[in-house]
Amino acid sequence: MSTATEAAPEEVHPSDEAHDDHDHGLSDFGYIKVALLLAALTAAEVLIYFAPPGPLEVPLLLILMVVKFEIVVAYFMHLRFDNKLFTWMFVGGLVLAIAVYAAMGTSMLFWTDPAGCDLSPNLDC
Amino acid sequence: MTDTSTPAGTAAAVDPAEGDEPQIAYPRTEWDDYEIIPPTTSLSNEKLTMWTFLGSDCLLFGALISTYLLLRNRQPLSGEGSLKAADLFDIPFTSVSSFVLLMSSLTMVLAVSAIARGEMERCKLWLLTTAAQGAVFIAGQVYEFTSFYREGLGYTVSISSSAFYTLTGFHGVHVSLGIIMLVSLWAMINRGIIGPERAETVEIIGLYWHFVDIVWIVIFAVVYLIP
Repeated sequence: MSTATEAAPEEVHPSDEAHDDHDHGLSDFGYIKVALLLAALTAAEVLIYFAPPGPLEVPLLLILMVVKFEIVVAYFMHLRFDNKLFTWMFVGGLVLAIAVYAAMGTSMLFWTDPAGCDLSPNLDC
Repeated sequence: MTDTSTPAGTAAAVDPAEGDEPQIAYPRTEWDDYEIIPPTTSLSNEKLTMWTFLGSDCLLFGALISTYLLLRNRQPLSGEGSLKAADLFDIPFTSVSSFVLLMSSLTMVLAVSAIARGEMERCKLWLLTTAAQGAVFIAGQVYEFTSFYREGLGYTVSISSSAFYTLTGFHGVHVSLGIIMLVSLWAMINRGIIGPERAETVEIIGLYWHFVDIVWIVIFAVVYLIP
């Protein structure tokens, strides 16, 4: 089956054809800088694991996790530069998942008893 | 579907208003009888579908992660096999695996960037590099599973080991599917099936790959690092 695209490829600029609904934003060098930042954040996570800063360990690890997640979604997945509808579709699923499993954790006493001692009699608590 | 005004059996793509540009007559196909209706959002339907799928996949991994968190300290009633996955974690090794997967996201986005510029050879190189990094990650996971099994942590030893293997195994299956998609993409570009005009196809596969990466970011922190 022939199409106009196959017949006259020189008339179609890739950035016009497939990406007319958003601007990709970063250059290749920009992506490399983002990757270096992600690598540094991963190194910080491992450092925190081996040299835990007391009660800040878990909050810091969670914050670093969220920051890394956000950077990959925003820059590598282009959500920062893309149409907001894509953001809503993804964030909608994410928020729904967090809400559903937070409710499940509440019903299973996870927040007050993360070790599961209350629900598992064979644990040495 | 609406009939177009083009009479049956005539060339469909000749536009007399183009002036001196060469006119190309296309062979008529059955699709010429239909009017192409653009998406009402003016967005790519394929990309929107992928984002919707990724949103729904959050629920799958949310279920697996929360199940592991709830069950990670459970031991078998018989008292045998008190070993837990957390007792066997090799954090330096897993950190290297995580780093490799993280860098595969960089090479993936460089592949998307390359095909958007029409640089097909560079795009193929980055796609293969991404697939190779994914394969290294999977090899690391196979090694980890094998060493855990040899230490006595089988899938059915305890409910916590089942939850651990199910969570990380599902992620491994996602990575493996991503590798198959990347290699298929490479082959299709190599055979000329996908050209610069279909850069969005590479971008959509890239979205899937990045999603696999962000899921691992969560698993690495929540399952491996947080005590």
